[in-house]
Amino acid sequence: MLSDETRRLAPEIVARYPKPRSALLPLLHLVQSDEGYVSPEGIALCAEVLDLTKAEVSAVSTFYTMYKRKPVGDYHVGVCTNTLCAVMGGDAIYDALKEHTGITTQNGVTDDGKVSLEHIECNAACDFAPVMMVNWEFFDNQTPESARILVDSLRSGAPVKPTRGADTVCTWREAERVLAGYHDGRADEGVAAGPATLEGLKLANERGDKA
Amino acid sequence: MKLTPVLSANWADEKPWTIDGYGGDYSAARKALTTMEPDAVIAMVKDSGLRGRGGAGFPTGSKWSFIPQGDGKPHYLVVNADESEPGTCKDIPLMLANPHMLVEGIVITCFAIRSNLAFIYVRGEVLHVVRRVQAAVAEAYEKGLLGKNLFGTGFDLEVVVHAGAGAYICGEETALLDSLEGYRGQPRLRPPFPAIAGLYASPTVVNNVESIASVPPIINRGVEWFKTMGREKSPGFTLYSLSGHVTRPGQYEAPLGVTLRELLDLAGGVREGHELKFWTPGGSSTPLLTADHLDSPLDYEGMTEAGSMLGTKALQIFDETTCVVRAALRWTEFYAHESCGKCTPCREGTFWMVQILERLEAGDADDSDVDTLLDACDNILGRAFCALADGAVSPITSSVQFFRSEYVAHWENGGCPFDPAAATLFAPAGAST
Repeated sequence: MLSDETRRLAPEIVARYPKPRSALLPLLHLVQSDEGYVSPEGIALCAEVLDLTKAEVSAVSTFYTMYKRKPVGDYHVGVCTNTLCAVMGGDAIYDALKEHTGITTQNGVTDDGKVSLEHIECNAACDFAPVMMVNWEFFDNQTPESARILVDSLRSGAPVKPTRGADTVCTWREAERVLAGYHDGRADEGVAAGPATLEGLKLANERGDKA
Repeated sequence: MKLTPVLSANWADEKPWTIDGYGGDYSAARKALTTMEPDAVIAMVKDSGLRGRGGAGFPTGSKWSFIPQGDGKPHYLVVNADESEPGTCKDIPLMLANPHMLVEGIVITCFAIRSNLAFIYVRGEVLHVVRRVQAAVAEAYEKGLLGKNLFGTGFDLEVVVHAGAGAYICGEETALLDSLEGYRGQPRLRPPFPAIAGLYASPTVVNNVESIASVPPIINRGVEWFKTMGREKSPGFTLYSLSGHVTRPGQYEAPLGVTLRELLDLAGGVREGHELKFWTPGGSSTPLLTADHLDSPLDYEGMTEAGSMLGTKALQIFDETTCVVRAALRWTEFYAHESCGKCTPCREGTFWMVQILERLEAGDADDSDVDTLLDACDNILGRAFCALADGAVSPITSSVQFFRSEYVAHWENGGCPFDPAAATLFAPAGAST
């Protein structure tokens, strides 16, 4: 069931935009933060606050990969298998995780509901390939072994720290709330940049190069 | 060749994502708003020769000058932060480390085009980047650098951070606008261009993150300084992103027009014991090049001359362990997945090209399949509303052009002759095919 809080926040999101319909994407993120997926009730709420039909809302939500038709795990694991990451080891990582978790379908979930698995497209971290995401936080330079350990930690409830992200991974629903536009106050956590990000700057400083 | 860190200059500093870490007080925005007329800002950016860093390379100042003035309609700035082109990884680290440079650029741009409302459309799959951009915008409001009456000039500006939801096509500017209006992200037919009828059918500038972030340094240090870098038609500094089979992958900020040979020298070369096979100059939508193109200038003209495009300067490096058919298949699967479905040649064509490439990779094909593939490419290129379709044929036509014999080897061999394990980052040293 949708919470009272979600119903209270929905008009607030609409008010951010000159035209109400622009609020649809953040509203769908909000629905996911509450229900764990785009639920029928969530679709009805979006339709109601934006004066759309439920069919119009569904037509939008099904277009976008991040909106899930069924609940995903508390920790949604993405393995980049676009060409560069795939070649660098993403395919091997994805195969290893399918075997390790027993998940065989895109967005499938482990029996305990903790972890779901998706092969994802390029996540803009190619200098850290092969790349994985957990709840859309970066896990850079992965191997099949590091990926298995990561998933085991997520399932056991041990705190897990992204390579470039907050100090610990939040739940998928908490992440969706941030994407709905509700900042969680964690921007100051984590690094500014990973080692690869700084390669050029480091070299420029060593050589005394300036613009 | 000299590196030119500007956008990246503060990335190793203490908390560069905060105003203090950014070094301050938006001095470029202050200068623009308090000492310049909006048209003078547009003229300055035009004179600098800054070209869009999102892939197309359209002159930024010209784009701004197309916004009709005194038309009585609201104007909008929409920042395209939906970085998703395979291989492209520059805007995400820029926003993670240095979001205030983007926000300051937004203030200057909006002043120039007379816009009081800007949107930052960030792809949704980068949680911490969304946090950093949200926090930077919030901090700018707290410090009076966004909101009402900026620098006492009477200029008001609101900025909304908007997270996408996982659709590559929304990096295409008109699809982005549809998405921002709450629709499926599908490209619009042009004209009218967004400068005339963009967001909510009002005049709209859509600019890439790196383009906007390049504006404050131009205002502060001037056109002449900017033009000391780069080449005549492609002036300035830019982020080159090296990835793949390279010793030190990463972000290298350099003048436009450097060559891959120079960048590879800086990055320690192709990974040890291996040699360059093929590379993309600017993401998977730019035709592949080979070792024959190591000395071509990496700027808009240089890459066109080499038969490719500068694109997003995403230099994906692949060594001789990589199967080019596998690479082309995977990219084609990507385009098929991301095709929005609006235009038939793209929707159907990418689907069928995946089928053909799967058979080619499995070695269950012959010469006629390669011809069919190229024929499909001919029927897709230039026959869709947007550039996704054109991008989809790039890896195929260029890989056949340079490596047709490798396609042949697949059916002669009865399957892929490559060992995928040899190409991985964790392959044992010295592994080969």
